[in-house]
Amino acid sequence: MNAHYLTGQVNTIVGTIPQISTVWSRQDLWNTIKVRWSVGRMDYKVEPGIYAVGNPGESSLVFVTANFKLTFDHVRRALGGMDAWLLVLDTKGINVWCAAGKGTFSTKELVRQINLVGLEKIVNHHKVIVPQLGAVGVSAHEIRKNTDFSVIYGPVRAEDIRDFVEAGMKATKEMRAVKFSTWDRLKLIPVEMANGRKYLLLIPAIFLILSGLNPKGYSIDMAYHDGLRSVFNLLIAYVTGCGITPALLPWIPFRRFALKGLLTGWLAAFILAYFHFLGKTNFEIISWFLMIGSLSSFLAMTFTGTSTFTSLSGVQKEMKTAVPMQIGMAGLGVIAWIVSKFITL
Amino acid sequence: MNGLVYLKNVVTLELDQEKCNGCRMCIIVCPHAVFAIENKKAVILNKDLCMECGACEKNCPENAISVRSGVGCAAGIINGILRGTEPTCDCSGPGSSCC
Repeated sequence: MNAHYLTGQVNTIVGTIPQISTVWSRQDLWNTIKVRWSVGRMDYKVEPGIYAVGNPGESSLVFVTANFKLTFDHVRRALGGMDAWLLVLDTKGINVWCAAGKGTFSTKELVRQINLVGLEKIVNHHKVIVPQLGAVGVSAHEIRKNTDFSVIYGPVRAEDIRDFVEAGMKATKEMRAVKFSTWDRLKLIPVEMANGRKYLLLIPAIFLILSGLNPKGYSIDMAYHDGLRSVFNLLIAYVTGCGITPALLPWIPFRRFALKGLLTGWLAAFILAYFHFLGKTNFEIISWFLMIGSLSSFLAMTFTGTSTFTSLSGVQKEMKTAVPMQIGMAGLGVIAWIVSKFITL
Repeated sequence: MNGLVYLKNVVTLELDQEKCNGCRMCIIVCPHAVFAIENKKAVILNKDLCMECGACEKNCPENAISVRSGVGCAAGIINGILRGTEPTCDCSGPGSSCC
């Protein structure tokens, strides 16, 4: 492995351990931006195992993290100026929280890595600092039972590590809480937008082609003019569902994400209708209200997966009514839209 | 609390105070400050804040907490229905993306 973040090696009783940089190179920053847009997101990992930060020794702290490169980067940057060990678990390139939920950031994997790297020979203490969100997959009392080590849960965010250590390994209430700030949500919108990219071409293309249908047969000219309007309307639903709803989440009424998305979608459709852009006939306008509402509602609902406060039980309850509503609206909308091609109401 | 609260009265979190030894582990691992200690025993402050991540259940040495944990994710639930499995995100599938 010849990664750019490696700066040297540290000699220990178990052999040499790679030493890592605590500053981001331009390449790290560029890759981070790409990953936020889902470019190469699924193959953005580092080799699991143990790494040295600074010049750690027997008494240095041991931090545990996941092998998603973005996570690894944030942790090593947060450890700048410290001498510490970083134990990277094999989470298949997934961040700590998601990996803990999926069972790869787990008690079993932590036990395995502790034994694999020979941690009890590298350090003379018996503590590993696990990120708090890792607790979804790691059981502290099981680690104590199965290894020589006990788990101290660190803060949720890597950036709080220094304050946590300076406070004598104590996290404040603030450090223990998962927040979902406007900035957090804005950072995630690119991921949301990019998630649907395979449909982003297909569905508008179908509408573009079908737009040429009319009572006299087929018109390329109509496909172009009406088709572009259709594509624009679909794009608006995409933006309200994946962009506007997440960005304005706390300020949009309703608790259910599907209703939030329906509201923003309809608001946008209303504005388009007001400027006579939504459709040419009343029938077409109604069809777009149905289709934009359905699409925006569905996309907003999928943001439950990105959000940090929705429960499985809650999302299941929401979907029980939302999904039939979305399917019904989409179905009626498509039928109305096709019918609108042949009548002039 | 950011004003971000999800649906009311749906969460499956249960705490058996009889078993609790007051170790505070649930308070440490909970990302939404659902628990507190009163009279040396854990109490649930606000159940509606719980996102059913399961960290408290996993780290309670006395098995005093139970919650049906899983992903609060619509796409994950759809995935589960399509595959006939538990709700799951598709993080590790080829070419897919997630959280």
